[in-house]
Amino acid sequence: MSATVTARRLTVGYGSQIVLDGVDAHVPPGAAVALVGSNGSGKSTLLKTVAGLVPPLSGGIEVLGAPPGRRGRDVAYLSQHRSTALALPLRVIDVVRTARFDHRSRFARRTPDDDRAVTEAMERLEITGLAERAYSSLSGGQRQRVHLAQIIARGASLLLLDEPTAALDAPGRALYMEALRAERARGAAVITATHDLGEATECDRIMLVARRVVADGPPAEVLTPDNLLETFGLGLSRVGDRLVVTEHLHDHHGHDDHHDHHGYHDGRDDHHQH
Amino acid sequence: MGPLVDPFVDNEFMLRALGAGVLVSLCCAVVGTYVVLRGLAFIGDALAHGVLPGVAIAAILGLPVIAGAAAGAAVMIGGVGLVTRRTRLSGDSAIGLLFVGLLALGVLIVSAADSLTGDLEAILFGEFLGVDSADVWFQVVTTLSVALVAAWSARPFLLLCLDPEQAAAMGYRVAVHHRVMLALVAATIVASFQTVGALLVFGMLLAPAGTGALVSRRVGSMMAVAAAVGVFATYLGLLASYHFAWAASAAVVVVAVGIFFVVFAVKGAVRGTGQ
Repeated sequence: MSATVTARRLTVGYGSQIVLDGVDAHVPPGAAVALVGSNGSGKSTLLKTVAGLVPPLSGGIEVLGAPPGRRGRDVAYLSQHRSTALALPLRVIDVVRTARFDHRSRFARRTPDDDRAVTEAMERLEITGLAERAYSSLSGGQRQRVHLAQIIARGASLLLLDEPTAALDAPGRALYMEALRAERARGAAVITATHDLGEATECDRIMLVARRVVADGPPAEVLTPDNLLETFGLGLSRVGDRLVVTEHLHDHHGHDDHHDHHGYHDGRDDHHQH
Repeated sequence: MGPLVDPFVDNEFMLRALGAGVLVSLCCAVVGTYVVLRGLAFIGDALAHGVLPGVAIAAILGLPVIAGAAAGAAVMIGGVGLVTRRTRLSGDSAIGLLFVGLLALGVLIVSAADSLTGDLEAILFGEFLGVDSADVWFQVVTTLSVALVAAWSARPFLLLCLDPEQAAAMGYRVAVHHRVMLALVAATIVASFQTVGALLVFGMLLAPAGTGALVSRRVGSMMAVAAAVGVFATYLGLLASYHFAWAASAAVVVVAVGIFFVVFAVKGAVRGTGQ
């Protein structure tokens, strides 16, 4: 099967600073890969490199059969920084519609396909009722659903999601997971950068990263206590028979810090989110 | 027809000033909307003040002051880009450095050239009531050009305001569109500074668009509200200037900023009543 993303001995970083080294990957259509690691581990930089936002430092990478950034229309990228737009006078539906801007020529009006994609995406994330609301009036969780609907509405072959469940409540996470399954069922590949081990175990493969690839494979093989300790270091604590990620998360806009607690049972076959 | 209309009917200079002011308002409504949404207020302010040395040197050499203003704006944009690329300074620090440096240089040049001392006030505060037909035509061309480029770039500009990384991942050339946006800000300032002055053109960029942001839920309607506020402020400011002998450009900007605060207060009161 032809790969959506192929990487060989890929090194990513900024300028002369290496952030993540030695990445080998083969992501077929419909697959889901979770990049799991602590802050500064290189997972977001890797995602940006795949999206074509950061040039690779060395090694090889192909995205949909071309160098990164060449197939923008077939890629949906959810960045980590999404809160700068609060001053924008936009309705929720306007934000979701921006997902289809590159699907038609500059002055062309929306097509029925555009409208259908936007409507279906909003239905999947259950934000149809918010369509006419001002984007700036939404809560953090509602805004996250809007951005996920934006991603779904692109109808892309590759979804690159940086912390997609941040700010989502339990029903929001369930909707997101369901939407993701539908995207994969139609053949879209998904790469997610996450701290959430529960979300990661939903993927076919997990790549644990800590400025290098610690482990890469199916969740049951990769999520061992030793690998997790090596990935998260002191950010991982043993509580009884469980390993708990107690990493201090910072977003990059200077918002309040918050603790993210994810539980993971010490044992390969019995893991779940705390 | 009464004191509200007669000044513009009986005096050609008032009619020309109104025409120029309306064009400045339209241009500033389009560009000011993106200045507000993209958070470009500081670079806009710096550009407005940074044209001073260019204007002063052009005046000394007997060149068109517009050319001097354009050169000043180019030095500002190029300098900020250079400093941020080559150093670890943030964009804000680079802008501040160029802003203060160019403004001080401008004041130095003006104070050293005796022939310019009288012109300093005109450079800083404009000559609203002294605009001629050539100024108005230049403003017409600039306003049309700005409107065309803004319409062409409407989608990438919106994505740039919403999420630049996502725009880049979609294949839009974010750096190019950012520079185009800065060029529109510079063009607006250069074309408008003769009318409302280097210090006050910034008020026309921010106050009407800021008012639009308070009451609009779409970018297009924000621009429309900004244009309406700018045109009304121009009319009211010129009228007040005529009847009370106030400085015209300052009166226009004071009205524009006043409208912002009136709308702000009314909106706050309405929200308070609703709760």
